[in-house]
Amino acid sequence: MEIMTNDNWLLTVGTFLPLVGVLVMLFIPKAEEQLLKTVAVITAGATLAVGILTLFRFDYGQAEKLQFFVDVTWIEVIRSNYTIGLDGISLPLYFLSMVVTFLVIIYTWDNMPDAGNPKSFLILMLVLQVGMAGTFVAQDLILFFVFFEVVLLPMYFMIGVWGGEHRQYASLKFFLYTMFGSAFMLVAFLALFFQTGAESFSFMHLVSAGGLISNEVQVWIFAGMFLGFAVKVPMFPFHTWLPDAHTQAPTQGSVILAAILLKLGTYGFVRIAIPMLPEGARAWAPVIAILAVIGIIYGALGCLAQTDMKRLIAFSSVAHMGFVMLGISTLTTLGINAALFGMVAHGLITGMLFFVAGSVKHRYHTLEISRLSGMLKQMPRMGWILGFAAMASLGLPGLAGFWGEFPAILAAYSPGFGLNVTLFRTLMVIAAVGTVLAAAYLLWLYQRTAFGEPSPEFSGQTPHPVGAGVNADHHADHHDEIRDVTPIEWIAWTPFLVAIVVFGVYPQLMFGVMDPAVSELVARLGESLNP
Amino acid sequence: MIFAGSQSVIAQINQWVAPTIDWHALAPELVLIVGINLVLFIDLSLGAAKKWAMATLTGLVFLAAFIPVVTLAVIGDASREMFDGRYVVDGYSLILKAIFLLAAYVLVLMSQNELEEGGYYQGEFYVLMMCSVLGMVMMTSARDLIAIFVALELLSIPAYMMAAWRKRDSRSNEAGVKYYLLGVFASAVLLYGMSFLYGTTGSTKLTDIGASLVDGDLLGLQVLAVVFVLGGLAFKISAVPFHSWAPDTYEGAPTPVTAFLSVASKAAGFVALMSIVMLALAPANSVVRPMLWVLAALTMTVGNVMALRQTNIVRMLAYSSVSQGGFILMPLVVIGTGNAGDSVLRAVIVYLLIYAFMNLGAFSIVIAVARRTRSGEITSFGGLFGYAPGLAVLMTIFMASLAGIPPLGGWIAKFNVFKTVLDAGDTAAYVLALIGAVNTVIAAAYYMRVLRQVWMAPAPDGDVSPIKVPSSIQAALAITAVGTVLLGVLPGLVLRFGDITDLTGALAR
Repeated sequence: MEIMTNDNWLLTVGTFLPLVGVLVMLFIPKAEEQLLKTVAVITAGATLAVGILTLFRFDYGQAEKLQFFVDVTWIEVIRSNYTIGLDGISLPLYFLSMVVTFLVIIYTWDNMPDAGNPKSFLILMLVLQVGMAGTFVAQDLILFFVFFEVVLLPMYFMIGVWGGEHRQYASLKFFLYTMFGSAFMLVAFLALFFQTGAESFSFMHLVSAGGLISNEVQVWIFAGMFLGFAVKVPMFPFHTWLPDAHTQAPTQGSVILAAILLKLGTYGFVRIAIPMLPEGARAWAPVIAILAVIGIIYGALGCLAQTDMKRLIAFSSVAHMGFVMLGISTLTTLGINAALFGMVAHGLITGMLFFVAGSVKHRYHTLEISRLSGMLKQMPRMGWILGFAAMASLGLPGLAGFWGEFPAILAAYSPGFGLNVTLFRTLMVIAAVGTVLAAAYLLWLYQRTAFGEPSPEFSGQTPHPVGAGVNADHHADHHDEIRDVTPIEWIAWTPFLVAIVVFGVYPQLMFGVMDPAVSELVARLGESLNP
Repeated sequence: MIFAGSQSVIAQINQWVAPTIDWHALAPELVLIVGINLVLFIDLSLGAAKKWAMATLTGLVFLAAFIPVVTLAVIGDASREMFDGRYVVDGYSLILKAIFLLAAYVLVLMSQNELEEGGYYQGEFYVLMMCSVLGMVMMTSARDLIAIFVALELLSIPAYMMAAWRKRDSRSNEAGVKYYLLGVFASAVLLYGMSFLYGTTGSTKLTDIGASLVDGDLLGLQVLAVVFVLGGLAFKISAVPFHSWAPDTYEGAPTPVTAFLSVASKAAGFVALMSIVMLALAPANSVVRPMLWVLAALTMTVGNVMALRQTNIVRMLAYSSVSQGGFILMPLVVIGTGNAGDSVLRAVIVYLLIYAFMNLGAFSIVIAVARRTRSGEITSFGGLFGYAPGLAVLMTIFMASLAGIPPLGGWIAKFNVFKTVLDAGDTAAYVLALIGAVNTVIAAAYYMRVLRQVWMAPAPDGDVSPIKVPSSIQAALAITAVGTVLLGVLPGLVLRFGDITDLTGALAR
């Protein structure tokens, strides 16, 4: 892996800039809510500006190289350095994290969760952003691990303090599950370090030295990493924290969780587990693929059984991440490209769905699907946005979701490196059935919530003198209560909607960035696996 | 015969030359001795209204004792040996002396208000505390069974009394008596083991013992000796199954004393264990290693599982400190294995330092909050974030650090432990590391439960008036919080002392 050290301040600033905002906000009294929100928006905006600058300075012709590379001694004794860099694989996710955080903070402007206290809420969100961005730029295992874990506490508090009714249970479950995975992951990291001669934790060193470890040991080390990343993704048997966490988290938490946090796990597979342990990856690929497809079907069936809109979207995440993992498990350029695309697409689409769910909850104070109906009549714009996001989520060609799922399924037709073709083709068929189920649960959701007449419960039961003559008043009244999309929501959502269309119509925009890096990754795998 | 005998004694007296004493090397101990007398005498002549001055004076003595430690470290050439290499001042002992003095200083800050407001005897308390710290400081340099034993008793006996300092409270009395009885029993077991070691090797000097023991050819008595010595020390570090005194003692004793026992006194036990295992018992690895392996695995698991069930914060911290002890034991298990030797000392010392910061910090919060709530229940922390956000954030830092979440100090401590253990690289080491990994998750559950109260629960009695934190506790919190965070972000600061290759060299001489 070659490196480029141009503009090497860019990533450090982009990663840690939110902390400056945190520092400023610490000295602003809690009561100054508008000022606090302004500072948070400015900070996130400035961070995003650095992100945009990064987009411009990035050399797309050499997307397979690590750019903006920095390597400074950090903890000398344990041979861990502050090594950061960005290539085509991490750039989209790094930038996505900045966009999402910025938009979520804007959304918070007049959608503060009920528990109040925007000061702590926004501070936690900015800290979260540091952890997320840091994970995507880290090029050293220890640094990666630190950032990977930094996101834990803010998210724990975000769910636990500002979440729904069962927030305490959900937050602890989220925390312990992730902690469990990362404890084993850390042991695996250390084992990898010692097995490669205890020289360095840097990705570059480990990628070149990891392949030399004996097969059996690679399989064991991969198992440890698998636990850590699979919990985060989450993959089938480890997914049970996700519906609880998503359902209980405040809207902002759900969006960030869906859009970025889940990707830390899949990114870990692509960036760390597979390139560093090629033999381990080959041995585990069938297992991953099987679990991924179980996740697809299980998630879809789970969706069909849900009565709560947010929980349904949460289960759909399990299914979508199944497609991502299926793509990764093929170990092909096509599959991994599809997985990376699917990560971003899922982030945008499911983030959007959670936004809508949050706004619906804000207006109706319920997400019980059976109590919602006629959204298209009552607030047509919101209804259309929900429909649009649902279509994107079920993988309609022309929208972003399609390019994550279809190539992943396609890639399973011919998996790489001597993986069992029969197995993968069987899985491919089952995964394709999963897309049909996805259409079923999303369209059914849409039909139940958006079509039909608005439920009488929300369309005029307000305490009013009963009488035929006030019917018109009724109408005006509920419009007052149940507002359509607000300006703040438009600002926060438009970029999501635009991106979903743009990437759907012109996927090459992102494939072009990722492909060189992915090709090189697969080529290096080839050197280890087919010498 | 008698005449001849006494003549030879006289002849020996004539041959005896006074050992050369390196006054500079002994300066930390000497400062403490002077300080003890100073506090004792000034206390006699001081009116009750001015007793508060004792705390300040004690704090100053600890800081004064710190000065020679620093100068010695700065000069820092070779190790300074006295009494035929039985009392050694080297890098290893200097770091540990610094840790003990720093912890003692923070403990004085934590004790001050508690003692003043509780109407306890103050001067005597500080005298005892200084005696105990003197024992700890001596322990770091002791390289001889007798010296270790003397230091151990010097640090333990005052602690027995301190545990019972709330003398009209039956639970405090129970704490003192329980600690005393089991402590004395442990000392006896330890001494019994030491006598076997001396009897079979003919020396009390650790390095001589190490040279006399032959691996694979241990006498039955020597095996017994090793088991007794380790068992006796296991009491001091409250390792399972020798931990039963700890929860009751910790709960009954005044909270600053609990902090003292769970941090300083425990660390001293580890120092003794480390010196003995490294220098004397290294050849007996075939006995030491399995025993420590079992102790470590049991200690962290049982401590954690018991901590899960506690509803009292001090009891929970007591069990948590038991389980943290298990983690500190982990690197000692691999002391004689492969290339792990060098990093063992570093892992233990760094852990002890960071553990001192975070655990003292947690106890400081408990003291600060209990001043208002008058309760030791975990539920009494409910709503803390609402009415005392500063304390809540600090508690979050300490709890998260104890749970081992980066980028806080506790993480780097745990990381070092895992790294050292895995460096040994055999199956036993991997299994131990996995047990440790599972335990970090169990531990996270109960630390998070405290945070859940702090952040998410309402105040139990609806009382949300702000908490006034005395300035001395503020200072303690500042020191511990800065230490916890700084060592997490820039662990290089302390890991560097620990280029302990030269330390092990000095130790082994």
